[in-house]
Amino acid sequence: MSFLASKIASSAKEWLRYVGQLTLLLAQTVACAVTPPFKGYRSLIQAQRIGPGSFIISALVAFFVGMIIALQMAYQMVQLSAELYIPNVIAVALTRELTPVLTALIVAGRIGAGIAAEIGSMVVTEQVDALKAFAVNPVKYLVVPRFLGLIIMLPVLTVMSDIIGIWGGYVICVFKLHISHEMFWKMTFRALSMKDIITGLTKTIFFGMIIAIVGCHQGLTVRGGADGVGKATTTAVVRSFILIIMMDCFITFIFYFLLNF
Amino acid sequence: MIEIRNLYKVFGAQMILNNMSLTVRRGETKVIIGRSGVGKSVLLKNIVGLIHPDSGSIKINGTEVTNLKEKEYDRIRMEIGYVFQGGALFDSMSVGENVGFVLNEFMNLDKKTVKDKVHDALGLVGLKDVEDLMPSQLSGGMKKRVSLARVLCMEPHIILYDEPTSEVDPITAAAINHLIIELRDKLKVTSIMVTHDMNSAYQVADSIAMFYRGQVIADGKPDEIKNSKHPVVQQFIHGDAHGPITDDESLIFGHVK
Repeated sequence: MSFLASKIASSAKEWLRYVGQLTLLLAQTVACAVTPPFKGYRSLIQAQRIGPGSFIISALVAFFVGMIIALQMAYQMVQLSAELYIPNVIAVALTRELTPVLTALIVAGRIGAGIAAEIGSMVVTEQVDALKAFAVNPVKYLVVPRFLGLIIMLPVLTVMSDIIGIWGGYVICVFKLHISHEMFWKMTFRALSMKDIITGLTKTIFFGMIIAIVGCHQGLTVRGGADGVGKATTTAVVRSFILIIMMDCFITFIFYFLLNF
Repeated sequence: MIEIRNLYKVFGAQMILNNMSLTVRRGETKVIIGRSGVGKSVLLKNIVGLIHPDSGSIKINGTEVTNLKEKEYDRIRMEIGYVFQGGALFDSMSVGENVGFVLNEFMNLDKKTVKDKVHDALGLVGLKDVEDLMPSQLSGGMKKRVSLARVLCMEPHIILYDEPTSEVDPITAAAINHLIIELRDKLKVTSIMVTHDMNSAYQVADSIAMFYRGQVIADGKPDEIKNSKHPVVQQFIHGDAHGPITDDESLIFGHVK
């Protein structure tokens, strides 16, 4: 029992240390982002790398999730003769919760892993040392553009996925459940309010920060060669997933209980 | 001028630099020799601030750098060019972008000036029409020369070379040696060169320091090192398979002699 307790204590201590390191890197990143010289084009290059490549995957996932929600809701709502409310549920569930989280998880898997691998291989081939030797701050040069690129692109991807996810629900509602086209859009827009969209988009900003900071931190702390890079990549994805879900729960709690959103 | 006094650096249980002291005068080319793993590259990284010593002093042109903040150190780093052992070229950039990196990053120069400077620097290391190639398309020796060209673009007062002639053919090695001598004679660049290549060492060195067990065991002009009576120095410079260095390692690693 004491062995188990000491194991849990050491794991908790390890996690606390890890979160501390992430917080430190986040603080350095924000400090570098607001300190001149500003090289905005680097963030735009990163945004360009993140956005178009992730759009198709997140759009496909959102479309099918929209269809799945419609079908699962129909299972219960048909029994209550309340099919008309299915568009409401789809719109709210997607914009407030599902698309922000699913898009973030997709981007964490695709981009977070790429960031860790790219920066990790730069570390093992001494490219990061070369930056430092040339008096270039690696956080400003490598982390800030990825951080800003993700903060810019994740909300954009989420809004697009919201729209496509609702269209997924539309396919089931209109062609399978025989809700009229007009009624679908009327119920969707009636259910949706600005606060739903704001809630979802606020989350994506924090998710973007997590993906960037976790990926960059794993990359910058790589030790060893290809093996170290491989481990860093896997760890970046797993830890991003966990932190995204934890952050989602935390923000939802804040919005629901403290801000009445 | 670079003055290193009583430098210590420990990695885990291994003491890499053990009360190490060394002086490199302004405009001098100091060659550091010694077996792999004795701390030659660690010393260079300590000088440029990539690794911080556990204790001791490093003075660069009179400024104590061991306790400088990063921003203050960056001002010193702008004076130092570091030619990495593996080249350390940025693999997402073309050769031209690599060589012009510092110019683009810190100097407000127009594209044509940068292009001309890059072309000149590549010409100095004997490379032509490679600006648009990516580092992955270069051989090991070409990478090293591009790395040297990148440093030359900075016009540094101090250059640290980490095995600049390894992995290059003898003719290119001779050209690099000639370039190092030219930089010293024309631009009065202070240099530290780490190498295992004794021919290079004798050609470029104003003085040679031999590292052994984290310390400098011999420091003098090439002729003095050549004629040194120290058995460790003699074994190293003649490349003998048997001698005090290998005997010592046999004792350390417990091999049967």
